[in-house]
Amino acid sequence: MNSINEHPILPIPQRKQVDFTFNGTPLKGYEGIVISSNLFLNGIKIFGHHHKDKSPQGIFCAMGQCSQCTVLVNGQPMKSCMIPLKPDMKIDSCEGYPELPADDSPKELEEIQIKEVNTLIIGAGPSGLSAAKTLGEKGVEILLIDDKDRTGGKLVLQTHKFFGSQQDVYAGKRGIDIAEILGNQVRELSSVTLWLNTTAVGIFSDGFVGVTKDHDQYILIKPKHLLVATGAREKSLIFPGNTLPGVYGAGAFQTLVNRDLIKPAKKVFIVGGGNVGLIAGYHAIQAGIEVVGLIEALPRCGGYSVHEEKLRRLGVPILTRHTIISANGNDEVNSVTIGKIDDNWKLIEGTQRTFSCDTILIAVGLNSVDEFYHKAKQYGYNVWICGDAQEIAEASAAIFTGRIEAIKMLNFMGMDISTCDDLVVLEQKAAIMKAHPAAPTQFACSDLEEDVFPIFHCTQEIPCNPCTTVCPQEQIHTVNDLINQLPYFQGSKDCIGCGNCVAVCPGLAITLVDYRRDVKNPHVTFPLELTENKIERGSKVIVTSEEGDIGTYVVLFSRILKQYPKTQLITVQLPSNLAKHATAVKFEPEKDIKIEEIDQYSSEPLDDDIIVCRCERVTSAEVRKWIRKGVRDVNELKGITKLGMGACQGKTCLPILMRIFREEGIPEEDITGNTMRPLAMEVPLGSFAGVKKEGKK
Amino acid sequence: MSSYDVIIIGAGSVGTPTAMALARAGVKTLVIDKLASVAQGDNKHAIGGIRATHSHKSKIHVCQRSIEIFSSWEEKFGDDIYWMSGGYSFVARTPEHELLLRETAALQKSYGLNIDFVDAEKIKDLIPGINAHGLRGGTFSPEDGNASPLRSLHAFYDNSIENGAEYQFKEKVTEILMDCHRVVGVKTNKDEYLAPYVINAAGGHAKEVAQMVGIDVPVEPDSHEAGITEPVKYFLKPMVVDIQPATDPIFGNSKNYYFYQNKFGRIIFCLTPSPSIKGTNREETSSFLPQISKRMIDLMPRLANIKVRRQWRGLYPMTPDGNAIIGPVREIEGYINAIGMCGQGFMLGPGLGEVLSRLVQEKTSNEDKELLEEFSLYRDFGSVEKLK
Repeated sequence: MNSINEHPILPIPQRKQVDFTFNGTPLKGYEGIVISSNLFLNGIKIFGHHHKDKSPQGIFCAMGQCSQCTVLVNGQPMKSCMIPLKPDMKIDSCEGYPELPADDSPKELEEIQIKEVNTLIIGAGPSGLSAAKTLGEKGVEILLIDDKDRTGGKLVLQTHKFFGSQQDVYAGKRGIDIAEILGNQVRELSSVTLWLNTTAVGIFSDGFVGVTKDHDQYILIKPKHLLVATGAREKSLIFPGNTLPGVYGAGAFQTLVNRDLIKPAKKVFIVGGGNVGLIAGYHAIQAGIEVVGLIEALPRCGGYSVHEEKLRRLGVPILTRHTIISANGNDEVNSVTIGKIDDNWKLIEGTQRTFSCDTILIAVGLNSVDEFYHKAKQYGYNVWICGDAQEIAEASAAIFTGRIEAIKMLNFMGMDISTCDDLVVLEQKAAIMKAHPAAPTQFACSDLEEDVFPIFHCTQEIPCNPCTTVCPQEQIHTVNDLINQLPYFQGSKDCIGCGNCVAVCPGLAITLVDYRRDVKNPHVTFPLELTENKIERGSKVIVTSEEGDIGTYVVLFSRILKQYPKTQLITVQLPSNLAKHATAVKFEPEKDIKIEEIDQYSSEPLDDDIIVCRCERVTSAEVRKWIRKGVRDVNELKGITKLGMGACQGKTCLPILMRIFREEGIPEEDITGNTMRPLAMEVPLGSFAGVKKEGKK
Repeated sequence: MSSYDVIIIGAGSVGTPTAMALARAGVKTLVIDKLASVAQGDNKHAIGGIRATHSHKSKIHVCQRSIEIFSSWEEKFGDDIYWMSGGYSFVARTPEHELLLRETAALQKSYGLNIDFVDAEKIKDLIPGINAHGLRGGTFSPEDGNASPLRSLHAFYDNSIENGAEYQFKEKVTEILMDCHRVVGVKTNKDEYLAPYVINAAGGHAKEVAQMVGIDVPVEPDSHEAGITEPVKYFLKPMVVDIQPATDPIFGNSKNYYFYQNKFGRIIFCLTPSPSIKGTNREETSSFLPQISKRMIDLMPRLANIKVRRQWRGLYPMTPDGNAIIGPVREIEGYINAIGMCGQGFMLGPGLGEVLSRLVQEKTSNEDKELLEEFSLYRDFGSVEKLK
């Protein structure tokens, strides 16, 4: 089975194996893990076929927003990414329209719950949790809801350490650990009620917010104050083959790998060099999945260069100024074709290359999930918005904006905010966290060749300084002590070689060079997060530098600091001319880029093959035809083509449509946007009627 | 300043097919709508039911013609407007309703309509999974059907343009221009247009438009909410109408509700609140889904498992007697009402368009004249239609 049985960072829980069937074939899976992941465990990626063109359907969003993963569960059509597996479930693929089961027994109904609350927070990610803490500490009665089964939002999928400062945003701690800290802080507050597995599905004009709890219990909530902390959703791309099973978002991939601990792929290819794409690549490698390559359309990756370097060191080809041309395969992805683009974003003929892979991750940015906010504004709610829903940025920025909006809410409620953090200071800090990083500079090598000191392979000004706060000798500073400047070793007091800075650095960009025992062959200490097994003295590792692999060396010793349990500090002896340039240790040597025969690429990709609306299978050709005929009203286009009328209600295709309008040269002011209506997610009719479930009292 | 033979205010369920009929007859027609494209008012809020089985003779005849147009459209013009001939079925679950439906069916039959009151067994065949408890039968009119309002209107729009009609969108009529008691054109927020005839097809906003010529019309919109589900395999043919009123102390009482499965497998449903909600508010309420879901599941338990995708709210421009107001007015020459469709503009539109076209061309038949009597603004509004 394709499960992850060891991981350098994540604990592997005991999982109960149960029997189930898929299309009649007996299979084994893990109880409590969603059906879609159990199908992946068994190597099944095609969950059904679309009614319109029989195209294969599979996982896309992995968070219940689309319905492309629909299967029949004991005869009922359900989203497989939302329903946990139970013993002896009978799962069948969904071929075309599902049949509505002839369940004609009369239903027992009970009145649905109606609840008034002072403050409703939608979303328990970093911003929602931070806001709940700030509000809850002042005694504000809060209902905090989240559609997932745990708090922390996307932090729970992040195995890497975070940037920022230790004091404000827990820098140097892993996302999964920050999620726990923030969650626990909120759980301790008696004024906060937390409902997990609770999805907001509609903002209504009469002041009620409709939510579903545990998938199908419908509850109406009337808040006096509403905070929208709903985060972001991934942008999609259009290219031939873009809807083949195996093409999905990097966030969906992280869910499968880091939440469900399954290996959904053997070889992934990543489109997009922002932090999400870079991190997904590292997560794949940590999970034992090969990363075939990563492309970025811009001249350099938009993500932090330390993230990029982590991937490069492991031999992942990172190709900038490249675009995806097609995903290839009949029913599933079996290769990807990419090509180089010129400064006008046009493909340079002859540069096309095809890589073999089974999964293509799309990581081309995020869009704010802000429709609830706009609807609530329209309907006159007292509403605020924070985190990625407000503006796409790092989780650390979301922590700040959560606090900021909470203080604004307290002020609105007439509460005393004089004891709260100063809003101006918070806004400044948030602005620093949101800033886009500058281009990296050249690595400046120290001249010192004596004693022991840290080397900072940190060449990009990003808002991050935990190395400065963990040094017991207080010898590490950033330039002018500004958080977004580069760190340096001051040297007015001795470095004691404790390794704290090496272990805490989120970018894994600090090494420690120790000349005290052997000036010609100093000891060099590196951080390592690639295996859960303790690296023993005498084992061999490959040492690498910015210029490439240096060679294989024997491990002198390794240690793990108590405070940083998942980061091993590996010490090897290197010749002095290499010691300060060495950046990392690893196990696999660099690979050559594997290029395969180009046989599935047609140089003129047909618009007919490119799907804009995945739910209703509307092609780019059809959309462009109507735009060229003069259609400028998105509502009209929806009516004619059914684009945006599917299960996801246009969440994926409407941003793409805006891009097509731009490509067609239509000015934004000529376009009439679509009308948003409830529901945000499909809900069984029975939920609104309060149908009692079997086995529930 | 451009001149036309006719200006239609409103590119909706009535205005668009009227433009089509006029343009086909060679009448130079301009349609003006304040919204961005065709059918963006309340047409797209209609659920798409089309029936001739009314009890006003005028409505019956107009809708019979509409059904001819809808049902033959794809064959004649190629566009799929999602027409389905699934019929209508009003179900009876009390002796009173059985009696009412039997009487209505008999009356409709006397007008030549294909409708019967059928027994509970037949209803169970027509509506798979219907709750048999107390079921006394119901009417079935197989020639009625449904189509997509937006798709249909777009087809009519394209056809009208092919025949020479013109449209101005995102343009609001601010004044109807007059020369003494004669209409001469309209003024909008952008321009002025001349025409000897102006047709008010402004749907939920018809009263405001009529006031531009100083006419008060008894058209008061009220709002209904509707919803649509995910698609499932086709299993339900007719539009199911349940006329039994329901009390709901929490979410509000309601009169009838109705639903059908469209060509693409989705169930579309709509409810009549009681008392009706007057005004032009189109904002969704949290009451609608709890109200209608209980009723639908009581009638058809298997619907508990179908997933709802979207809800919306639209206007029914109501008249006191439930019939539309069509035709000229006494005081102003050249002004024509095509208003007060009472939520049936979509099914009336194509048939009405032809009548209005003949009216403008002064080619009305005797039958048209008879119809227009029933639709007249000057009729006695006291006789309310039996089954609205």
